[in-house]
Amino acid sequence: MKRRDFMQMSGLGLSAIMMPSVPVIGSTVAAEHLLDPWMDATSKKKLTEIALNAARSKGATYTDVRIGRYLQQFLYTREKQVQNIVNAESYGIGIRVIANGTWGFSATSDVTPDGIAKCAATAVEIAKANSKFQKEPVELAAQKGVGEQTWKTPLKKNAFEIPVQQKIDLMLNVSGAALDNGASFVASNLFFVNEQKYFASSDGSFIDQDIHRIWPTFTVTVTDKATGKFKTRDALSSPMGMGYEYLDGIASEKIAGPNGLIGYRNSYDMVEDAVLAAKQAKEKISAKSVEPGKYDLVLDPNHLGLTIHESVGHPTELDRVLGYEANYAGTSFATLDKWQSKNFAYGSKLVNIVADKTQANTLGAVGYDDEGVPCKEWDIIKDGILVNYQATRDQVKILGEKESHGCCYADNWSSVQFQRMPNISLKAGTEKRSVLDMIKGVEKGIYIVGRGSYSIDQQRYNFQFGGQVFYEIKNGEITGMLEDVAYQSNTQEFWNSCAQLCDKDDYRTFGSFFDGKGQPSQISAVSHGCATTRFNGVNVINTGRKI
Amino acid sequence: MAILSKEEAKQIIDKVLAFSKAEETSVGISGDRKGNIRYARNSVSTSGETNDLSLSVTTDFGKKSGTSTINEFDDASLEKAVRRAEEIARLAPENPEHMPLLGPQKYLETKGFLESTAAINPDYRAEAAFGSIDPCAKKNLTAAGFMEDRSGFTALGNSKGLFGYSKSTSVNFSVTVRTTDGTGSGYVARDYNDASKLNTQTATEIAMQKAMASVNAKALEPGKYTVILEPVATHDLVMNMIRNMDARSADEGRSFLGKKGGETRLGEKLFDERVNIISDPMNVEIPGSPFGGGDGRPQEKVTWVENGVVKNMYYSRYWADKKGVKAISPPGGIIFQGGTESIADLIKGTEKGILVTRFWYIRTVDPQTLLYTGLTRDGTFYIENGQIKYPVKNFRFNESPVIMLNNLEAMGKPVRTSGSLIPPLKIRDFTFTSLSDAV
Repeated sequence: MKRRDFMQMSGLGLSAIMMPSVPVIGSTVAAEHLLDPWMDATSKKKLTEIALNAARSKGATYTDVRIGRYLQQFLYTREKQVQNIVNAESYGIGIRVIANGTWGFSATSDVTPDGIAKCAATAVEIAKANSKFQKEPVELAAQKGVGEQTWKTPLKKNAFEIPVQQKIDLMLNVSGAALDNGASFVASNLFFVNEQKYFASSDGSFIDQDIHRIWPTFTVTVTDKATGKFKTRDALSSPMGMGYEYLDGIASEKIAGPNGLIGYRNSYDMVEDAVLAAKQAKEKISAKSVEPGKYDLVLDPNHLGLTIHESVGHPTELDRVLGYEANYAGTSFATLDKWQSKNFAYGSKLVNIVADKTQANTLGAVGYDDEGVPCKEWDIIKDGILVNYQATRDQVKILGEKESHGCCYADNWSSVQFQRMPNISLKAGTEKRSVLDMIKGVEKGIYIVGRGSYSIDQQRYNFQFGGQVFYEIKNGEITGMLEDVAYQSNTQEFWNSCAQLCDKDDYRTFGSFFDGKGQPSQISAVSHGCATTRFNGVNVINTGRKI
Repeated sequence: MAILSKEEAKQIIDKVLAFSKAEETSVGISGDRKGNIRYARNSVSTSGETNDLSLSVTTDFGKKSGTSTINEFDDASLEKAVRRAEEIARLAPENPEHMPLLGPQKYLETKGFLESTAAINPDYRAEAAFGSIDPCAKKNLTAAGFMEDRSGFTALGNSKGLFGYSKSTSVNFSVTVRTTDGTGSGYVARDYNDASKLNTQTATEIAMQKAMASVNAKALEPGKYTVILEPVATHDLVMNMIRNMDARSADEGRSFLGKKGGETRLGEKLFDERVNIISDPMNVEIPGSPFGGGDGRPQEKVTWVENGVVKNMYYSRYWADKKGVKAISPPGGIIFQGGTESIADLIKGTEKGILVTRFWYIRTVDPQTLLYTGLTRDGTFYIENGQIKYPVKNFRFNESPVIMLNNLEAMGKPVRTSGSLIPPLKIRDFTFTSLSDAV
C-alpha cells in the first residue's frame, strides 16, 4: 500500500519554543497545482460504490468510504528573507467497515477500481481478524442516509488562488514593521489548508465537502545585549475556518482594548499587530516581575480559548472518559458518575459551555462529520452543571442518546476516523459589559492576553498557563506591564471562580490548528469562542529564575 | 519494494541526476514498512500496517531551489519530478542562506538494522499485545498500550558525487496499567532496534506493580524535595535542553546559552562537574543514523558537556560557514554518562525523597532560563530511610534542567530510553509547585 508522506518541518520559521514541529502531509507540488480540479463528484460516487459493494460482498454489515484530497500551503519567513514554501498534496481512499461486529480499516492511494476493491477486502479481513478479541459488538446510532449533499466553507477569497508573491510581500511587510519598531528578530508563518473529501456510506449518504482553514502567525523577539535578556511576543491572530479574506484587517472587526491592545474578530491586520508586538516585546524586557499570590484574573478571549480547550474540551471527550486514550493523552476527571448525578458543579452558574460544528468562520464548522452525521450544536455545561460529552455514532448509546453528536474526524484519507473535539465555546454574558467596565471592578488583578505556556495533567485537574502580555490591575486601573506570570489552578475550582463575563460585543474565537491525539498521532483543528471573562482569587506564581 | 537495496537506490538516484538540467541537484529516497497495534480496556482497538516509498529531488539554480516529491519510480515519473523541481526552483525567491551542496562524504557504518525487527508480522503484534493484556486481565487490572515497529532505509545522492545509504529498524512499546477503580496507575516504555530484546509481558509487569503500589496516594505539601528521577523522567528534561543547544540562537542572544554582552556560554562550566553528555552513532546500544542535519552531513561522535563544561553547540551549515567553524549536526540520541548504581541502590541511599516514574505535559515556561513545567505521572512514591514508604499524589513541577544538573546528588547506571542512554538521577531541591488529583 502506498501511503502519505509525513514530514516534520522542524524549527522552520516559528521558534522551536512555540511549535516544535509542524506536520506536513503529502507530496510537494507546484503552487499552481493546488488549483487543479480533481475528480468530479460523479466519478467519486462511482468509486465509492465499488468500495461499498466490494465490502458488502466480503461480509461487511456497514461500510463508509472517504475519498480525500488534502492540500496544504505553508510559508515561512524570518526577518527579510523567505525560508521555505511548502505546497503539498495527498490523495487516496480510506475504507472503514464493520464485519462480525468489529471495526476494520484500510487505506490506499491506488484509487482505481481494482485498488479500491482490494482495499475494501483488506478492511473486512482486518475486521474479521480483530473480531476474535472483541468483547462487545460495535453498535452504531442510526443515521438515515442523506443522499447526495455538498458543503463548502463559505469563503470569500480562496487562499490558494492568491499568488505566492502577494503572500510573501505581506510577510516581509510584517517583518519590516516589527524590525522598524524595535524587534531584533521576527519569524512569520502563513498556513493554508484545504480538505476536499467525498464521503459515502452503506446508509445511503454521498457527501461532497470542500473545507478551508487559515492561520497567519508570527513571533517577534527583542534581545537586550546589556542585560543578556530576551523576550518574545507571538501574534494575537486566531486560526479560522475562512479564506484569505481573514487577512483584510477590516476596521469594523476590530475591538479596541486597554493600553493600545486590539481584539481581532473575523478579520486580522497582521502588520498592525506586528508593530504592537515589537513595542510590547521591548516593554517586556524591563517589565516588573510579578509578586506571587492570589489575583483576580481578567482573561482575554485570545488567552482563555486555550484554557477552555485544555480544561473543558479534552476532559469532555467521551473516549478519554472511557479509557481509550489512557496510554497517551490520558483519561478524564469528568467521569460518567459526575454527569449522571446531574448536579456536578463544573463551574459557577455563569458558566455555559456549548459544543458545535456549525458556527460560521470556525475551524470546526463543516456540514457533516467523517461518519456522515449532519453537524449541530449542544450543551456541555449548562448553568455550571456538566450535562453532556462529545461522542460519535458508536458511543452515544452510553449517554442514552439515539443520535450521534457528529464528532468523528480523520486528519487524512489514510487515517482512521475517531472521536475529535468540536468547537467548545463559553457563551458571552447577557449583561452589557466591556473589558474596561470589567477592569474597573477589579481591586488586585492581572489582565492576560494571548496564548503562552500551557500544561495540564492527564485527567485534566491541575493546570498552569502563561500568556503573551500581562498587565497589573490595581483599584480598577491598569498600572503597568508584568512579567514572569503563570497561574496554577484546578479545573473545577477555576471554573467555579468565574465571576463575570463581558457581553457578545467582545466575543471572539481562539483556535488550535494542530491539536494532537491518538496513537499513531493525528492532528485536528478546533475553535473556542468566548468574551473576556473574570476569575476571582487565582493562584499566580513567579516564573523568574537565574541560571 | 518499500526497502530498496543500496544498488537499487543508487541506480535510481543516478537516473534522476542524469535527468536534471539544474546547476546542482540532490536526491533522497526513503522507504519503510511500519506496523502498529493499539489496545485499551484490555482489548485491541486498532491495528494496521503501511508501506511507504518516496523520492525527493531538489534542484538549485544559484541561490534558488525547488523540491518535488513522488512515489512512482518509472522513468517518465522520475523525469517529471525533476522537471517539476526545476520549475519550482526557477519561480522561488533567492535564499541568501543557501549553501552549495556537499561533495562526497565518508559515512559511518552504523548497525541499526536487525532482521528480528524487520520480520515482525501481524501475528507477532497480536501476541505482543496479548502478552501485555493477559497478565493485567488476570489481576483485574486494565491495560492501554501501543506498539509500533518500523524497518526502513534512507539513500542520499547529489550531483557533486555524494552518496550514502543506511538501513535501520526500531520497535517502540509503551503501556499504562490502571487499577479498575482508577486509584492506581503505572507505566513502562521500551524501545530497541532489535525486537528480540523486547518482552512485552516482562515490561508490563513493571507497570502492573507500579499501578498496584500507587493506590491510595497521600498528599504531601508542594515544595523543594530530593527526587530520584527514573531514566524516562531524566530523558524528557535533559533532551529538551539538548534540543536548545543551537549555536545560532545562542549567538543571537535568544537562548539559555546566550549571556550579557552578546557572548555565549560555550566553554563555561554550567553544570555539576560529574555531568558528561556525548552522542555517538556507533554505540551498540543505541545505533544512530549516519546522516546528520538533514543535509547530507555525516553524523559523528560529539562531546556536548564534559565535566560540567559546555563543549559544543550544533550548527546549520550556513551559520557554521558564517562563523568559520565546523558544522556540527544536532545529535540523534545522546549518552548521558552515569554511574553503576541501580534505582534500588539510589533509593537505599536516600534518607527522604520522592521517586518519579515519569513526567507529563512538559512545556517551556521561560526559554531564557530553560524553565519547564509539567507533572509527575503513573507512579510517584515517598522514600524514607532508604525505603519506599507510600505512594504520593502527583506534583506539578517548575524546574530548569540547568539548575537541576547543578543540584546533582548521584547518578545511576544509564539504560536505553527513547533512543538515548540515560541514567536515573538523584537531585536535591527539585521544585514542586502544586499538587494534582490526577491518577
